[in-house]
Amino acid sequence: MNLKLRVWRQRSAAEKGKMVTYQVTDVSPDMSFLEMLDVLNEQLILDGEDPVSFDHDCREGICGSCGVMINGRAHGNGLFDDHPQTTTCQLHMRSFKDGDTIDIEPWRATAFPVIKDLAVDRSALDRIIQSGGYISAPTGTAPEAHSILVAKKDSDAAFDAATCIGCGACVAACPNASSMLFTASKVTHLGLMPQGQPERNDRVVNMIHQQDLEGFGGCTNIGECSASCPKGISMENISRLNHDLLGALRAGARPKS
Amino acid sequence: MVTVTHSGQRRTPKAAKTSSVFKKVVMAVSGIILVLYLIAHMVGNLKLFAGAQTFNGYSEWIRRIGEPAVPGQTVLWIIRVVLLAAVVAHAWAAISLWRQAKRARPQQYVARKQVAQSYASRTMRWGGVILGLFIVYHILDLTLGVANPAGHDSTPYDRAIAGFSNPLVTLVYVVALLALGFHLRHGVWSATQTLGQSNKTRERTVNAFATVFAVVLTAGFLIPPLSVLVGIIE
Repeated sequence: MNLKLRVWRQRSAAEKGKMVTYQVTDVSPDMSFLEMLDVLNEQLILDGEDPVSFDHDCREGICGSCGVMINGRAHGNGLFDDHPQTTTCQLHMRSFKDGDTIDIEPWRATAFPVIKDLAVDRSALDRIIQSGGYISAPTGTAPEAHSILVAKKDSDAAFDAATCIGCGACVAACPNASSMLFTASKVTHLGLMPQGQPERNDRVVNMIHQQDLEGFGGCTNIGECSASCPKGISMENISRLNHDLLGALRAGARPKS
Repeated sequence: MVTVTHSGQRRTPKAAKTSSVFKKVVMAVSGIILVLYLIAHMVGNLKLFAGAQTFNGYSEWIRRIGEPAVPGQTVLWIIRVVLLAAVVAHAWAAISLWRQAKRARPQQYVARKQVAQSYASRTMRWGGVILGLFIVYHILDLTLGVANPAGHDSTPYDRAIAGFSNPLVTLVYVVALLALGFHLRHGVWSATQTLGQSNKTRERTVNAFATVFAVVLTAGFLIPPLSVLVGIIE
């Protein structure tokens, strides 16, 4: 199949970017979206041009490295009815038709400055984790599994939240560029576990504080995040974060800064 | 996720001084106060059907609540001050979060497709602005009477009839009330989320309730003006 790509090209964070049109020919429907970009880059290199930068690592949909806006949707999620919500690397070209025009843009948020082309700096999410996404349980030998009991419903909800791979699609899709779904999944994942209780109040207060410091927007409960999340993380996590935050503030927890 | 550490410390955005979630809570709580008032307001409006004497009597009663324990209009003024505080808090939180959202994405997408957002959620901010302007007009029209054809020394019943007999006035009210309906549709759901009272099993119920509540309240508000316009109330 032959495609027309309109790709965001930006040499560095300091320079202005623009959409550039490329033609790619002989794309196999079995290629992943990233393999299609690899084909484009090989062609660009042969032509003596600068290849398009984009992040990728495992290409198995589990690492959270890849992620671009495809026709205005994060990872292309929501464009195809028959396609499950997943990452860019797991989107295959069979979802597109011969002759399609595809717009490819980076995640856009103040907190995610463009490094080059489609690659953005997502270390803001790392700093949110650093501010509270940890527990203080002693590590070393594994404890006896039955010594701390966890209710099945809590462990299921915590596991669902823990599937967040920190790709940033929620921020990219949010009309407010808020990272609320990301932060909420981290708060839920640790907050539902007995091991996460000692820091529970400080965690939520500090992570929200850091999220605001990084320049993310506020949550208005629209739901674009959840509809774009490759792991389908639910909006209920945001409610749980809010619940935890209110409890923590009542208990006197304040952000350290 | 990609880890690049060269960017170092960022400057502190203004928004960070008060937590964005705290602002949302202010928005939710002030919204609930306003909604409780709206329920009473809507029920009170329906007394227009009971005739001039009952409606004007009801209006008089509101001014006398609490008498003789407290001087006349005390309770009325307490209600007014609480409502004004709620509106100011609601607007402050909204404007502050609006600005934060603007700062959070200065560069817009070239191509953008929304699949999850509803019309109600998309129009919260401008809908809120419309409602703010409407409240000012509404007070000038029916509370103070200065923007009303019947004038300021008329009875509340006369003002309602004189105003809503004019199709243009009724149109303004219909537009504002539809905006209110959409605002409530998303507002009820969003406040439930913000106050941490939603979860996967409740989500459907909360959303269904928000829709029903918005429809009932809007319809309840629309019935009196439309009844005056078509001549059911004269």
